[in-house]
Amino acid sequence: MSSLNNAPVLDAQNISVVFGGLVAVDNVSFNIPEGSIVSLIGPNGAGKTTFFNVLTGLYSPTSGGVYYDGNLITGLAPHKIAAGGIARTFQNIRLFGMMTAQENVMVAMHSHMKAGVVSTTLRLPSQKREEAEAREFAQELLDFVDIGGTTHEYARNLSYGDQRRLEVARALALRPKVLLLDEPTAGMNPNESARFVEFVRKIRSERGISILLIEHDMSVVMQVSERITVLDQGQKIAEGSPAEIKSNTRVIEAYLGKTGTEASK
Amino acid sequence: MSDVILEDSGVPVHLAATNNRKWAIGFTLSVIIIFAFYQYVYTSLPGEVQNFFRAWLPLTSLGEAMIFVLMALGLNIVVGYAGLLDLGYVAFWALGGYVAGWLMSGFFDSKTINFGGHPPVGLPNGIHINFWLVLIIGGMFTAVWGVIIGAPTLRLKSDYLALVTLGFGEIIPQFFVNGENVGGLNLTNGTQGITPIDDITVFGHAFGVFDLQWKFLIYSALAGLMIILSLRLRDGRLGRAWLAIREDELAASMMGVPLMRTKLSSYAVGATAGGVGGVAFATLINGVFAERFNFAISIIILAMVVLGGMGNVWGVMIGAVILSWINSTGLVQFGNVVNGALGTNINFPSFNFLIFGLLLVMMMLFRREGFIPEARTRVIMHETTDHQGAH
Repeated sequence: MSSLNNAPVLDAQNISVVFGGLVAVDNVSFNIPEGSIVSLIGPNGAGKTTFFNVLTGLYSPTSGGVYYDGNLITGLAPHKIAAGGIARTFQNIRLFGMMTAQENVMVAMHSHMKAGVVSTTLRLPSQKREEAEAREFAQELLDFVDIGGTTHEYARNLSYGDQRRLEVARALALRPKVLLLDEPTAGMNPNESARFVEFVRKIRSERGISILLIEHDMSVVMQVSERITVLDQGQKIAEGSPAEIKSNTRVIEAYLGKTGTEASK
Repeated sequence: MSDVILEDSGVPVHLAATNNRKWAIGFTLSVIIIFAFYQYVYTSLPGEVQNFFRAWLPLTSLGEAMIFVLMALGLNIVVGYAGLLDLGYVAFWALGGYVAGWLMSGFFDSKTINFGGHPPVGLPNGIHINFWLVLIIGGMFTAVWGVIIGAPTLRLKSDYLALVTLGFGEIIPQFFVNGENVGGLNLTNGTQGITPIDDITVFGHAFGVFDLQWKFLIYSALAGLMIILSLRLRDGRLGRAWLAIREDELAASMMGVPLMRTKLSSYAVGATAGGVGGVAFATLINGVFAERFNFAISIIILAMVVLGGMGNVWGVMIGAVILSWINSTGLVQFGNVVNGALGTNINFPSFNFLIFGLLLVMMMLFRREGFIPEARTRVIMHETTDHQGAH
């Protein structure tokens, strides 16, 4: 597809992550072209989440570097990377349970807001304006993810699907250029997953955000991705369009094992 | 109804606004009634009634209660909002106290500095700076110390943080106890402490040791300011970041919240309240005495926060008033009554720790959310208990 030819907004070059003697990610290069939807798949333990954590600054790679908009971001604190425009959701939902949906979204606006102790205590006009704008933007995002009615409900009281949606709204509040979704359809039924595919496309088209998906649900991956990268045992074994990946023998081997022999570890 | 108010004030959590208004009115009325009672009614009462009030509700204990409200709310920002367990809060109280000792007394008698202060008649020596200015200086001084102590310690995870703060809570008071010869300079006057402290001046009126009802009013105003600060911060950018850190540190950092700086800011705000409380307390008891700044105070203030309901401003206020009164007056009086009735000779105040410790344990066992919990905590705690009950 055409968006794959765009310049990469996020570019990870020769990333390796070694934990003690274990090579979790082995010399993987990977990029997200601007405006694209790409996926990262692989069997359990392939190093997907580790790689994801390198992109968001949670882990420092043993070697290699991550470039965002052409600038090296490896070594920056995670909150700076997030504030810079790389947002993520979590595989196991990590909302602020005892805060309302609105507050959850507003937490992610922290880096774009300025109010400090003094202006907040004195309720200075600048602070009030900033808060009003933040509330408005939060509502806009909650409406965007279709949970506009939950503004004042505690996050932990929301249904599972709504919590997933709230996580996306919260990530969008960072005004990101890149959105990393870590197994977003985990726990969804096929019907919900299908709707989620539409939702991912809507995020890309309406907000102009490039998206990286880690996903187990192959039907979702095949439907939504423009490019799929396959990791196995820390190495990149294939990269290409959904059709190419479907027919790639190494991928089939990695998932199902070699024909006639035992399944690979 | 609540939605209308919600729109008006823009407070994000519904009902909070109405609730806060009720409590604020209640607090203000109580303060005015107590002040008016002691200012206008008390002296014309029969002697026996006066004795009763002097024994059970002395003005010193009321003033002290207000100062503890201020400090407990400061600790509440660290423990209740940001979820960082601080077992050494007394250090900030001590630091604030000594700022008052240095800047509002004749202690440094080789100098004669008077900046809007109120030195005792005929004793102009020493540094005498205006009370209100010293409040600000004391608050800023302890805020800086909050950052100095916090910067290395806040990198630690919960249990370790608690231990290190415990250490600082011991070190700083010990420094003051032994500070009579710091490189040849007497900085703290050791165990004898620094006394007397200058009067508080308001528009040219000086309030000294006997103007306790006025001092009560001043301390109440400070507590009131702290209440406003706590409520407003909670609903703002910083408050949300603190709560987010309490809920899930990793997720907060992934949402662009700088962990260290945000934790430090909670620590600094909490420390400021401790310092202001320290200055105020020095003026209440007319002195600074190192042995008063002991570990037990850290625990009592923590108990106030837990008893009232971590995070809930009004709950912490009530917790502070009740525990402060028990600590200063209630236990002694209760002991007198019991000893008088039974002819025993039990030293009730010596059971102080037993009672506070027991209280903390009971609270954790039976009412973890505190007496007046924060709305959100109440929801969660009750759900958890229901859940457990169902199994």
